[in-house]
Amino acid sequence: MNFITSTLAIVSKDIHSELRTRYAMNALLMFIVTSVATILFALREDEVSTEVLSGMFWVVIFFTAMSGLSRIFVSEEERGTTMALQLVASPSAVYFGKLIFNCGLTLALSSAVTILYLVAFPMFVIKSMAIFILTIFLGSIGFAAAATIIAAIIAKANTKGTLYPVLSFPILIPLIMTVMKSTARALDGEIFTTALGEFQILASYLMIMIAGSYLLFDYVWKE
Amino acid sequence: MNSISITANGLSKDFNRSTIFKDISFSLSSPASLSIIGKNGAGKSTLSKIISGLLNSTRGSITYSVNEKQIEIEEFKHHIGFVSPYLNLYDEFTALENLQILSRIRTSTHQNSERIKEMLALVELWDRRDDIVSTFSSGMKQRLKYAFALLHDPAVLILDEPTSNLDAEGIEVITQIILEQKKANILIIATNIKEEANWCAKQIQVG
Repeated sequence: MNFITSTLAIVSKDIHSELRTRYAMNALLMFIVTSVATILFALREDEVSTEVLSGMFWVVIFFTAMSGLSRIFVSEEERGTTMALQLVASPSAVYFGKLIFNCGLTLALSSAVTILYLVAFPMFVIKSMAIFILTIFLGSIGFAAAATIIAAIIAKANTKGTLYPVLSFPILIPLIMTVMKSTARALDGEIFTTALGEFQILASYLMIMIAGSYLLFDYVWKE
Repeated sequence: MNSISITANGLSKDFNRSTIFKDISFSLSSPASLSIIGKNGAGKSTLSKIISGLLNSTRGSITYSVNEKQIEIEEFKHHIGFVSPYLNLYDEFTALENLQILSRIRTSTHQNSERIKEMLALVELWDRRDDIVSTFSSGMKQRLKYAFALLHDPAVLILDEPTSNLDAEGIEVITQIILEQKKANILIIATNIKEEANWCAKQIQVG
């Protein structure tokens, strides 16, 4: 019970802090608008395949996530508030609190990118809504799970900015390849069962990432 | 009142292959007071972080007991109050919000508003409770750290450079807190000021 209360209190603290400082939100919004606009100017009226379109869709989400999700631990470290958090909360409460916050942020950013793509690209038509929604949901949580533990690791390093995408990319490759494939299926209007294989991979990735992070976090957080 | 004890055996800490301190041992049972003294860079702050459970030692061990029953550090942290120049509170929140938020995260039984009011009044910040912490002076921030450290009525108070940034009035308030703490509980002070070290009955030298 204490663990849940403590975890939710950390989520609430991070939401209030974000609303007041807008550390991550402004960076994410600017990145989304800039990158979608750049792709729009590059493509103009060109016809592109659903594979290319879904690839570009996740490229925007990947780089936007990389620019904002690390703030969750980096800002605590930079402002010297890590110690206060270490004194009042258990490492597992901190991990799950930060993970829940990052999941919310990634789901919000994925939704924003989806809306922008629907408005900006006439060829971006979601023909299989169930596949698309489940891909966005599992993909966003997968991104958040990987990004949270990597953010905790790089927050202790001196070269935070460059280290984050470098460490994240190899870990996120299986996730990116899977979500691109199932997004393309959603745009092609395939039936739900054809994407079951991708969903199994995403669910497995999610479980492995969260379990591994939970075991590792204690060591990362204390040193 | 709980009987608290802390026992350290052969604590050593290495950073980048250089040894900061080695073979530090001590035993404290409430009521007790200990000052950690040493030159700059000797590892006083590092040792106080290790005792608080914020850092692991490279070698050696530290055990914590409540009423003769040994407990893990994560559980023991609820008995520790810690003040350090390296510990900051949230600049974007007010003094009152900081204490409310951290108290909720700690899921403390002392999170009632009366206790928060009492602590802010003790460090003479009650009138500034609704001000954002980023507008505070360094001395006011140090006072707020004391309110945070004492909020859950800790049995162990660990102070790293206890009077840094405080004015004469602030030092007077803190001195009273320290005298009160060492009467029944455990007080640990890391300092290189002789007067502050003399507040404690025991001393250990690091470095």
